[in-house]
Amino acid sequence: MPFLVLSGISKAFGAPGARTEVLRDVSLTVEKGEFVAIVGYSGSGKTTLLNMISGLLRPDSGTVTLNDLEITGPGPDRGVVFQNYSLLPWLTVAENIALAVDQLFPNWSAAKRAQHVDHHIAMVNLSHARDRRPSELSGGMRQRVSVARALAMDPQILLLDEPLGALDALTRATLQDEISRICRESGKTVVLITNDPDEGIMMADRIVPLSAGPGATLGPSIAVDLARPRDRKALNHDPRFKEIRSRVVSWLLGEGGRPAVSVSRKLVLPDIEPEDLNVPRPLIGGRRQPRRRSEERRETVEIPS
Amino acid sequence: MTFLKKIQWDALLMPLVGLVLTLLAWQLVSGRVTPQTQADGTVEEVKSGLIQDLPGPLQTWEKTKKYIVEPFAKREELDQGVLRFTWYSLVIVGKGYAIALILGTPLGFLLGLSKNFSKMFDPIIQVLRPVSPLAWMPLGVVIFANSGKSANELAALFTIAVCAMWPTVLNTAVGVRAIPQDYLNVARVLKLSRTKTLFRIMIPATLPYMFTGYRLSLGIAWLVIVAVEMLTGRIGIGNFLWNEYNNGLYTSIVLCILTIGLVGYVLDRGMSLLERRFKSAV
Ligand SMILES: Nc1ncnc2c1ncn2[C@@H]1O[C@H](COP(=O)(O)OP(=O)(O)OP(=O)(O)O)[C@@H](O)[C@H]1O
Ligand SMILES: [Mg+2]
Repeated sequence: MPFLVLSGISKAFGAPGARTEVLRDVSLTVEKGEFVAIVGYSGSGKTTLLNMISGLLRPDSGTVTLNDLEITGPGPDRGVVFQNYSLLPWLTVAENIALAVDQLFPNWSAAKRAQHVDHHIAMVNLSHARDRRPSELSGGMRQRVSVARALAMDPQILLLDEPLGALDALTRATLQDEISRICRESGKTVVLITNDPDEGIMMADRIVPLSAGPGATLGPSIAVDLARPRDRKALNHDPRFKEIRSRVVSWLLGEGGRPAVSVSRKLVLPDIEPEDLNVPRPLIGGRRQPRRRSEERRETVEIPS
Repeated sequence: MTFLKKIQWDALLMPLVGLVLTLLAWQLVSGRVTPQTQADGTVEEVKSGLIQDLPGPLQTWEKTKKYIVEPFAKREELDQGVLRFTWYSLVIVGKGYAIALILGTPLGFLLGLSKNFSKMFDPIIQVLRPVSPLAWMPLGVVIFANSGKSANELAALFTIAVCAMWPTVLNTAVGVRAIPQDYLNVARVLKLSRTKTLFRIMIPATLPYMFTGYRLSLGIAWLVIVAVEMLTGRIGIGNFLWNEYNNGLYTSIVLCILTIGLVGYVLDRGMSLLERRFKSAV
């Protein structure tokens, strides 16, 4: 039985009349315990899609069901790792996680809740930083706190929105390994949003490309049948890895690609007049006016898809 | 190292240079009183100088020394040390300011939270905000005319609170509107109750703005006190200033101005330290 089902989701933003459709007819099923990655262009509507699973947004048409129950609003059964961490800056690492734990497990003893918090801090290797504020953490550390907070909620499904998007490539690689390990150990169902096909293939069981907007939709699912744990050095030469990547990338560049867009804009040319310094300037009469005053041109640039 | 030294020197030296220059300019434009023996033997004081009645720095010091060296002395009702007068004023400012914060903060929250509330009351607030304390004061006196002995104090508190409230109201409203949607999303995902969302998310996120408002409000409350005391005759630094003016003791006016300025400065510094604490916490 499918666990998470999106069927025929559409979503548009904007005032009536000037609405732009962000998502069009998006359907997806995720099995329990599966790790699915959605890869797409920046601005194509990935966060919008995830927000409809988390319940922060309602689709204009179509339904999202989790365990056969329609999702009508946000709830702690879906742990979200937001794109920009969304840690509360006035709370320490432990307090940020404790806010979630105290809210969701009010029946536990204080000691058990504290132990639950510490367990999840240790899980992301941040025990040394448990009493620091987010502003005192690096981007990667903040991201790990965010993951720990989501996991500490003990959700049925984990929604990761470009969790590593803001990090440098090296940190990204280590955290990819770390997060996929934690997710596997927790046995949770995971939906990962990313803009990096390699990251998706590295971490997920299945990868689904999302076409460029407006009116983005999901492409064909591609199973990532690579053995775990995946070694990124070996993977680079793995023919299966290369094949999966080429299928994802070619769909994104071809069918799911952006239609060629051309941008034309007004250019105001600078008022510059070359001056011959050998010609003496008249004392009276002042400066000569530039010959090319506020001249305008139009420039059209084709942006390749 | 030398760079550091230079900065510290500058930070100390330059304000001192400025102070000396200001004192010099003050001395230059101020008037002098010189006793002259007339032909008939009487001594008459002759005034000279650019602004004849403006006392110079030295003269001010000599004439007002007794208020400064014994700042807390109480000789008579209208003859007390300058800080004692200041203390009376501070007490009433503190009370009025407290009322301003207690009323202003929730009002700001309502404005920030509800679009409709904001649409309803923002225009009124914008109209009331620029009204001078001199205009509020008579209204306060009228409103509290029947409250017996404390009528005067209530009118003063009313004026201070009404004038000082607006920066708190407006800054709090701005702060509430500026709460990042992400924080509210966290609350929604966790299904925090309304009160919990208010106290655990919204108030902490708004604190820096609230404190900016509190600082500005305190400045206004302190500005208003002088006008209030002049009009009501409550004992305090502003009232002292007004009495001394009526008695023709202009040196005391200068003393009062300097005191009011210094106290205002100290209050503002204190508040901005607090403000910075909350800024860095967020
Ligand atoms: N609340 C909103 N109101 C209006 N337009 C919105 C809103 N949220 C998103 N959009 C628009 O929808 C489109 C998709 O936004 P979304 O944030 O889902 O993209 P994304 O794929 O997550 O991008 P990124 O990779 O940059 O995170 C964008 O064009 C954006 O301008
Ligand atoms: Mg996004």
